[in-house]
Amino acid sequence: MTKTVSFITENFDKYDPNSIDSYLNINGFTAVRKAITTLSSGEIINIAKSATIKGRGGAAYDTGRKWGQAAAVQGDNKVVICNADEGEPCTFKDRSILSKDPFRLIEGMIIAGYTVGAQNGYIYLREEYRHLKSLIKNAIKETMEKGFLGKNILGTNFSFHIHLHSGAGAYVCGEGSTLIESIEGKSGRPRIKPPYIKECGLFQLPTLVNNVETLAAVTAFIQNGTDDYIKYGTKLSPGTKIISLAGNVNKPGTYEIPFGITLREIIYDIGGGVVDNNKLKLCQLGGASGTIGSDSILDTPYTYEDLEKVGLIVGSGGILVVDDRTRVIDFVKSIQDFFIHESCGKCTPCREGNRQIAKIIDRFVQGTSGVNDLDTAERFANIMKNCSFCGLGETAQNVLLSAIKIFPDEFKRLEAVGK
Amino acid sequence: MNSTKTKSFEVLTKDLACKIDTIINNFGSNSTRLVGILLDIQDIIPKQYIPREVATYVSEKMNIPLSKVYDVISFYGALCDIPRADYVIQLCDSVVCKVTGNSFLQDTITTLLGIKENESTSDGKYWIESTPCFGACDISPAMRINGKVYGHLTTSESVKAVLDKYNEGSVMV
Ligand SMILES: Cc1cc2nc3c(=O)[nH]c(=O)nc-3n(C[C@H](O)[C@H](O)[C@H](O)COP(=O)(O)O)c2cc1C
Ligand code: SF4
Ligand code: FES
Repeated sequence: MTKTVSFITENFDKYDPNSIDSYLNINGFTAVRKAITTLSSGEIINIAKSATIKGRGGAAYDTGRKWGQAAAVQGDNKVVICNADEGEPCTFKDRSILSKDPFRLIEGMIIAGYTVGAQNGYIYLREEYRHLKSLIKNAIKETMEKGFLGKNILGTNFSFHIHLHSGAGAYVCGEGSTLIESIEGKSGRPRIKPPYIKECGLFQLPTLVNNVETLAAVTAFIQNGTDDYIKYGTKLSPGTKIISLAGNVNKPGTYEIPFGITLREIIYDIGGGVVDNNKLKLCQLGGASGTIGSDSILDTPYTYEDLEKVGLIVGSGGILVVDDRTRVIDFVKSIQDFFIHESCGKCTPCREGNRQIAKIIDRFVQGTSGVNDLDTAERFANIMKNCSFCGLGETAQNVLLSAIKIFPDEFKRLEAVGK
Repeated sequence: MNSTKTKSFEVLTKDLACKIDTIINNFGSNSTRLVGILLDIQDIIPKQYIPREVATYVSEKMNIPLSKVYDVISFYGALCDIPRADYVIQLCDSVVCKVTGNSFLQDTITTLLGIKENESTSDGKYWIESTPCFGACDISPAMRINGKVYGHLTTSESVKAVLDKYNEGSVMV
């Protein structure tokens, strides 16, 4: 029995993503038609609320609530941004949506635009997905030709345009205000808040930023209703989630799962288990900014509430499986290298903290660490967590802090080597 | 021998200037499109970089201070200000590729081409650099050559097979 489901991903491999006609044949654009000809903004917000979907970009903010706030902001010129920056290592589910079902995403953007009262939508596509650019450009063009985009869509007085912007290889640009800086043609450094981007975002206009999966999910809610969605999952985490499963697992890939199945079911039943029947050492959930867990968390159900109890997060939906060939310290170093590379340098805790912590981690890797090193690293990590300017610095040390907690012996052992 | 060509001071030919003008015009000469403009320009410059003369040209043409143009070039990983090669090979050094064995891939590529990271072959054909995760973790360990993704590179045969395509010239840029 397969444990995956298909609700948000129901169109995958069902049509030719290069052709709107092929999409129309599988009831494409019924969601847009239904939304803008029969539903009010408030009704759509209530549908999103009834699905209780939380944003799929990582921050897990309630989507219905976010749309409600965006719609309430005064202004007759607003912007919707689709965040397709997907820079979190071990996260590639947005790539699957973009390449297999670009029209569902476009529908989601149109619906979002209609709901919050925006005239323009922007897709911020990471440079690394440049091979998908022509596919998305074509999808926008064909949607326009069929009259679902442009002026007076379906004869209503709602007009909406979508623009495609390319990133240029900077993870921090996935953060909402930084992404906006980048679309404005600048280097990517986060903005101070307030003003919040919902009031003053791209080109100073009220702006709604949503992840690819969030937007695709809303299309599915409008098209199919939410009953078939909330029948999955648990009371506190209803519905489904698209995960990116990778690492030392036999069947890595993008899967849609119902909330509530256990990590063991995900890794062993869906993922076919650890490669070569190796012993699972750790998993990291939610990408490089997520925390790690040992094999003791395998029977934890994959829900927001249960993962939280064991110190893990859903985040972007990344699930990285690591077997016992990798040392914990080498794993931590790899993540640290990533954040050093990606820190934008705007604030001191993150810029300097990452650098100093890296030096300590390197000493552990080489077996030359001193007695106070672990305490110092932990102290710096906590400063970063509490004092960094943006989410990058706040989460960069999740790995180190959770590794120290879960595998204290690994650090102690290496410490002893250094003495 | 080709490598001397990359050091030529005549990077900004009339023809290139013309193409750059077209790119800038395609973006409506809009300063908010600077990132996209520079990416597109880099794509058409041999050895895949933004030479100083080109940065200056863009700055004058678009009326943007040169410092701002360089703020963008130096910030973004996908933009480069030194000449690379006809084919830029990017090896993912992020965590998924690491745990699935990218050090073997790194070693194999560097041995096969006889160059290290951030170096180009003497004929100016290949350049190797490491890069953060590009979202091909499901087929890790992975690399990109001029943006095209190759995965499952765990044996020397698989790595050679990819390089052979470029050596034979069967893959176009
Ligand atoms: C450093 C950093 C990187 C981020 N990268 C992404 C990303 O690549 N894609 C994404 O959707 N959200 C990313 N986010 C989260 C966004 O800031 C934002 O919460 C999200 O796009 C909102 O959409 P959602 O409510 O639909 O999840 C990132 C946040 C931070 C702090
Ligand atoms: S936390 Fe890091 S990425 Fe964020 S503003 Fe500070 S230096 Fe930049
Ligand atoms: S970690 Fe290498 S492609 Fe994602």
